[in-house]
Amino acid sequence: MGQGMALQFKHLHMNGIVKQFPGVLACDHVDFDVQAGEIHALLGENGAGKSTLMKILYGLYRHDEGEILLNDEPLNASSPTDTIARGVGMIHQHFMLVPSLTVVENIALGLREEPADASFISRLRSRSVLDLGRIRKKLVELSETYNLRVNPDSPIWQLSVGEQQRVEILRALYKGSELLILDEPTAVLTPQEVDDLFLILRQMADDGRGLIFISHKLHEVINLTHRITVLRDGCRVGSIATQDATKEILAEMMVGRPVVFQYDQDAAKRGPVRLSMQNVESVSDRGTPGLSGVSMEVHAGEIVGVAGVSGNGQKELAEVIAGLRVATAGSVTALDKDITNAEPAKIKSLGISYIPEERMVDGIIKDFSVAENYILRDCTTQHYAANGLFMRFNKIKDACEEAIRAYAIKTPHTSTKIKSLSGGNIQKLVLARELSSDPQIIIASQPTRGVDIGAIEYIHHRLLEERDNGKAILLISEDLDEVLLLADRILVIYEGQFVGEVDRDDVVIEEIGKMMAGSAQHEMA
Amino acid sequence: MKLTLERRQGYGQWTLLLTILGAVLVALAFGALLLLIVGVNPIEAYRLMFVGAFGSEFATVDTLVKASPLLLTGLGVSLALRANIWNIGAEGQLVMGGFAAAGVALFWSEWLPEPLLLPAVILAGFVGGALWGLIPALLKIFGGVNEIVSTLMLNYVAVLWVEYLFFDAWRDPRGFGFPGTAEFPRAAWLPRLTGQLHIGIIFGLIIAALIWFLLNRTTIGYEIRVQGKSPLSARYAGINVMRNLMLVMFLSGGIAGLAGMGEVAGISHRMQNGLAVGYGFTALIVAFLGRLSPPGVIVAAVFVAGLSVGSEQLQLSMNLPASFALILQGAVLLCIAAGDLFLRYRVRLNVRPPSQQMVAE
Repeated sequence: MGQGMALQFKHLHMNGIVKQFPGVLACDHVDFDVQAGEIHALLGENGAGKSTLMKILYGLYRHDEGEILLNDEPLNASSPTDTIARGVGMIHQHFMLVPSLTVVENIALGLREEPADASFISRLRSRSVLDLGRIRKKLVELSETYNLRVNPDSPIWQLSVGEQQRVEILRALYKGSELLILDEPTAVLTPQEVDDLFLILRQMADDGRGLIFISHKLHEVINLTHRITVLRDGCRVGSIATQDATKEILAEMMVGRPVVFQYDQDAAKRGPVRLSMQNVESVSDRGTPGLSGVSMEVHAGEIVGVAGVSGNGQKELAEVIAGLRVATAGSVTALDKDITNAEPAKIKSLGISYIPEERMVDGIIKDFSVAENYILRDCTTQHYAANGLFMRFNKIKDACEEAIRAYAIKTPHTSTKIKSLSGGNIQKLVLARELSSDPQIIIASQPTRGVDIGAIEYIHHRLLEERDNGKAILLISEDLDEVLLLADRILVIYEGQFVGEVDRDDVVIEEIGKMMAGSAQHEMA
Repeated sequence: MKLTLERRQGYGQWTLLLTILGAVLVALAFGALLLLIVGVNPIEAYRLMFVGAFGSEFATVDTLVKASPLLLTGLGVSLALRANIWNIGAEGQLVMGGFAAAGVALFWSEWLPEPLLLPAVILAGFVGGALWGLIPALLKIFGGVNEIVSTLMLNYVAVLWVEYLFFDAWRDPRGFGFPGTAEFPRAAWLPRLTGQLHIGIIFGLIIAALIWFLLNRTTIGYEIRVQGKSPLSARYAGINVMRNLMLVMFLSGGIAGLAGMGEVAGISHRMQNGLAVGYGFTALIVAFLGRLSPPGVIVAAVFVAGLSVGSEQLQLSMNLPASFALILQGAVLLCIAAGDLFLRYRVRLNVRPPSQQMVAE
């Protein structure tokens, strides 16, 4: 199954797959197939069953009903070890690499060379001796064949996210994967890196491999794939040839109703400066520089978008403004008051709302009820607590119910534990909470990450509405499309610095992409 | 066919109750195995334990006498744990509560009006434990000292301090060399309900209700729960984490201090050897067995007290070491911890799906 050998993969059929989780039917008689040489997109919103279906294929879950046929033979896998042996590989969204080991060492992890013969010595040797030289040689061959450029001797931590992904792909190829599952592989890449990846994927398909591309980004799916299967609520909605697909058709299949992609928005009516930062510096969680001299302004009535690849200072930027991270230099001014390193409670009370990036980590408390989460930031106000001490449960329940109505949050009850809600509904509750205090400044960090299309639309509309009401909004998003869609002005962040500013009307995507990748890297290319 | 684990979305009260009961049963089964090894009929032994703990009025009172310090220390520890503070120092806080109560009872009786003496003793018991509990909180805030280490170490300081007192400085000169202080004046004795059972157990029940109210009905309790579940959310919510840390340790220590006060003013009427017998450590088992909820801690305290009183019966009638109770307590704690697995995952017995079997044939 190595180089030069003919591939064995012909086709995969998943027939009538059913997977029941407690209280949820994750897959409801789903049919899915992939042919050799095909890139088949699996499209659907969060919770549609894409990941579950693929985990079943990869052997991580066991299906309750249905059959999986690989080249017409049943694939009765009880773990990924079995499926990998049959030539199935999966590139996870979160990389499974050891940062301190080199590329070759990571590929070698878990590999077991075939013993040369059946003798005890050969078997012992194959189990105990690691021939890194041979692995390295084969790796270099593979990376040349597929133009997967990466230095085999670099430790992983020195590689960019795009390079790390190439290592994951190389590992799958090395293990002889002929059917590759790619779980949202573009989520962490710059536009250029996405283009590179697509070239590689097309070449792999041309060689006769089968590729399953999981995504919810419509234009990528339309760009890359041959065929698209849409899942919704655990059911297969249908499959169409990519040449017949449009964004509108696909979105309607995903959501079950027509979706609008362009919002009719008036030009921003810019008011006075509400929020400004002067040469702010801060340190990241890892102790490295997080922000290195950031200056910017946000005016009333405008949305300023911060675009950038994940991990370039977005988190630090938001947290410094919200008072959750220390600014080691520079100043932050909001509503004409110096709020540099002020207490989070004070910053909130000045009228600055913050929608945090990791809502499941700090934005909400999973084990608390919907109502308890709704008052997270205002529990001691007179409205919710007599004398700031004795909680007024009726008032809390009423306010929460009103928010549930106003934001169309789907929850059985205010006393339901919030973790049983969908990502979109949780985020709507966070939004409702953060907007309930009528803030002047809104810091929205990844406001629609992991949120379904319906909720995305809603959140976008609310943000635009707030803009039109004269609020100053800082939108920090790793989803460039979202920034382009909403922002009146775009700041590009790279390695803790703003490397460019683009007005809404002058956007050239390629230019922004280059800035996101850092000018230095751009010059080298 | 094989067993697989599936993540649960959540769990109900019944699942919780079942896992706790299951854990206790598994621990008892483990105990039964040990009993079999030493050649004792486990059913007979458990029957004897039950009779020894709850079989008569005398036995039940004895169990409740042991349950009251366990209830108080268990409540203190569980309150701290709700804020995700590991207070391993209930033993020391209990001892310092006993020390402060004894000091007031012994030395303030001369000038304090008689009716005020008992309230002063009770208050001293609380404050003694509370201030001792406050030390680790301050060390954590100002020195970044891990509270697990500091609370544990302060136990030894406290225990050795009171030993110095009743072996030496405060020793009753008329005590015939017996290590202990003089008997407290009668005005400093806690009223008794029956036998040795004093009103400390009622304090425990009242405090259980107060803690429940604090946690579920007040903003401070809400904040305590927030910071216990997620320190990051607490910062985001603008909660004064430091203030709450001090408050929780003050209350937690104070409640344990009341247990020590009950031991000296309610039972021995003097401070003597036997004040530090490990209630503060057993409190952790009580807290976890009661799932950190006040009603749960009440039940757990009585259960754990019953285990230890029941084992004394075993020692008397079957000549087994009373430390069998400690083995059972340890087993219960381990099983409770392991039982958490069943709260997070559902165990399923996977049989190969019929459709695949047909294909395979």
